[in-house]
Amino acid sequence: MTYFGDPTIWLPLAFAVLMGLSILIYVVLDGFDLGVGVLFPFAEPAQKDRMVASIGPFWDANETWLVLAIGILLVAFPTAHGQILTALYLPVAIMLIGLILRGVAFEFRAKAPPARKGLWNLSFYAGSMMTALSQGYMLGMYIMGLEQRPATWAFAALTAVFLTVGYSFIGAAWLILKTEGALQRKAVGWAKGGIWGLILGLGAVSLASPLVSPRIFDKWFTMPEALFLAPLPIISAALVALLWIALRRLPTRDDRFAWFPFTVSIAIFALAFCGMAYSFYPYVVPEKLTIYEAASAPESLFIVLIGTLFVLPMILGYTVLSYRVFRGKATALSYE
Amino acid sequence: MDTLLLSRIQFGANMSFHILSPTITIALGWMLLAFKLAWQRTGNDKWMEAYRFWVKVFALSFGMGVVSGITMSFQFGTNWPGFMETVGNIAGPLLAYEVLTAFFLEAVFLGIMLFGASRVPVWTHTLATFLVAFGTTMSAFWILVLNSWMHTPVGFEMRDGVAHATDWMAILFNPSMPYRLTHMLLASGLTVAFLIAGVSALRWLWGDRSDAVRATLRTGVFVGAALIPLQILAGDFHGLNTLEHQPAKVAAMEGNWETRGNAPLLLFAVPDEDARENRFEMGIPNGASLILKHHAAGVVPGLNDFVGEDGSVMHPPVAPVFYSFRLMVGTGFAMLFLSWGAAILMTRRRAGVEGLPRPVLWAMVPMALSGWVATLAGWYTTEIGRQPWLVDGVLSTEQAVAAVPAPMVASTLIAYLAVYAALLVAYISAILYLARKAAGGDSPETTTPRGQSMAARVSGE
Repeated sequence: MTYFGDPTIWLPLAFAVLMGLSILIYVVLDGFDLGVGVLFPFAEPAQKDRMVASIGPFWDANETWLVLAIGILLVAFPTAHGQILTALYLPVAIMLIGLILRGVAFEFRAKAPPARKGLWNLSFYAGSMMTALSQGYMLGMYIMGLEQRPATWAFAALTAVFLTVGYSFIGAAWLILKTEGALQRKAVGWAKGGIWGLILGLGAVSLASPLVSPRIFDKWFTMPEALFLAPLPIISAALVALLWIALRRLPTRDDRFAWFPFTVSIAIFALAFCGMAYSFYPYVVPEKLTIYEAASAPESLFIVLIGTLFVLPMILGYTVLSYRVFRGKATALSYE
Repeated sequence: MDTLLLSRIQFGANMSFHILSPTITIALGWMLLAFKLAWQRTGNDKWMEAYRFWVKVFALSFGMGVVSGITMSFQFGTNWPGFMETVGNIAGPLLAYEVLTAFFLEAVFLGIMLFGASRVPVWTHTLATFLVAFGTTMSAFWILVLNSWMHTPVGFEMRDGVAHATDWMAILFNPSMPYRLTHMLLASGLTVAFLIAGVSALRWLWGDRSDAVRATLRTGVFVGAALIPLQILAGDFHGLNTLEHQPAKVAAMEGNWETRGNAPLLLFAVPDEDARENRFEMGIPNGASLILKHHAAGVVPGLNDFVGEDGSVMHPPVAPVFYSFRLMVGTGFAMLFLSWGAAILMTRRRAGVEGLPRPVLWAMVPMALSGWVATLAGWYTTEIGRQPWLVDGVLSTEQAVAAVPAPMVASTLIAYLAVYAALLVAYISAILYLARKAAGGDSPETTTPRGQSMAARVSGE
């Protein structure tokens, strides 16, 4: 281990990067399938089936990224895991119940008696809403340094709404890619509404983080760092503007550029995520505990890292394989 | 109630609900692979029909397992932060390997297994089925390594109150792991065998005379009959292993207060922890000594050995361990009698399913859930039997609990319980509905095995 320098420095950093990557992949992947759930009440019954068909083969693996992210937090930064999750006790519980309700609905709505289908649709929608709202609430509380005050609750309530609308945007972008005809046209309309969640959410987080923490303010607004960082918000704004233009022209007659909104929204989520990671580094519990203070013993981290370096490329490989198997427009889900 | 007790009930409730799904999916995954391979080998469509019916049950079970599993991964942090803070260096890597080598594998290939049959070659689909079954089993391996280590911790040293791994091979193959893993995998096999037998019996009673229902009923009965003696043997070995490493647990299982020879095997009793004695005892003389020490005068540990000078009780609560152990063993023997009885009736004069009288078929229906009962009872025995420790001799349950206000734990507990109760009802009624649909009327499954109408009928939508 000593060949690579001080393992108490680079191991926590490596795990912070891995955790960040898992959270980002989770937010994008489960973001689109949660978003599809959020959009559920706006669709006709047949469209609902098609919407579920577009995410059916993927949702389970998508949620596994959440388990990996929380697992890395648990494994690499156990103290932080305890502090963050006890501080977010109720929103976590609401999210978990939401995940349960929507997760079981996938199978039950297709296999329970037809008379019950409406109930399972409701369970899918309510579960998606609970999950998205509580994740947005947790994001807000995290930015507010996990402090429990009426002002922080109010901010978290705002981010809850914005993230949910933001998820509905990426969900709509996914549907533009995976569906056709009336549903696709409808999805373009949803995306035009959902993009506001993205804009307001990005704005709220960008404004609030530096205002809450002078440390974050200094990181962003001192020369010369500010110059290097300037492209981040500028590119984000440009991408949003491009999306706006694209949505006015979609769907195109030969379905070209159906991939565009989804791809661009991945880029926007990634940029926003990098911005947040930069703001909070080196803290894992905001302003309280750094990744270096919270890290587990290097021997244990090393064992996990070795496994991760072997297995993660395989996971990414067969995830890509699965998206290739189910590429193209979504068709009715069939066990045949 | 205080936070500790509420948190324990909450974890117990989450765990109990969660274990129901993997108990089914571990063995059902392999069973589906067997159905698939039997169909590929023989070309007999009854195996494909069996596959198509049970893959739906698999999908329902798997969905419940995934979502309740996510709940588990958060519970460590929300309710038991002291666990990872003390033994995180050991529990962490084990959990990480479970996520990396099992969860992703099963989750990704489940998509292909369920919905990809028309999009990939047959062998890829069979491979996906194999990888899902393999993933569920890997998951069981890692989590049982961790669980067993909590019962029989080795291969570590304590530095400043935190456990540090010193020997990973010792941790992986800790003393109780082989027994617990075997016991659990067999439990999964039995759960699935009786579930398949019970649901098939119900279809038969509802008038379903298809080749598929004959095949699955036969499979369920014979797999159950083959596994139950192995399970009784494995359980016995596991008990001896527990006697060696956790004598207080065995004392509670036997309801034995004083260390003594010629200890009876209690068939029934009401343990009274305040008086430190049993009421209404009914037992077989020398039974416990014979089972645990293999001779009548063998000395069996008693609970009173685990009370400190200051009166502090360091053994588990007796009654729950005592009763759940009996419930597990009793269910096991009911499984033995039913599966052997049915197997004999079916083989005698090659009678097949027709050789089974209606009462036997009806007995199989409630026994479809016998695996769940025995598995839960077994887990309560071993987990309550570990108290007051969370990690035996290292960390007490009380030390690990989070300082979350009790009302918060209580309100989330009620919410979880309500959701779980509703889901259980939904799960069982969905299986009954699928069975009713499969048993009902013209059964196009037998006439158009791979046709277009079939696709519409069994499609996920």
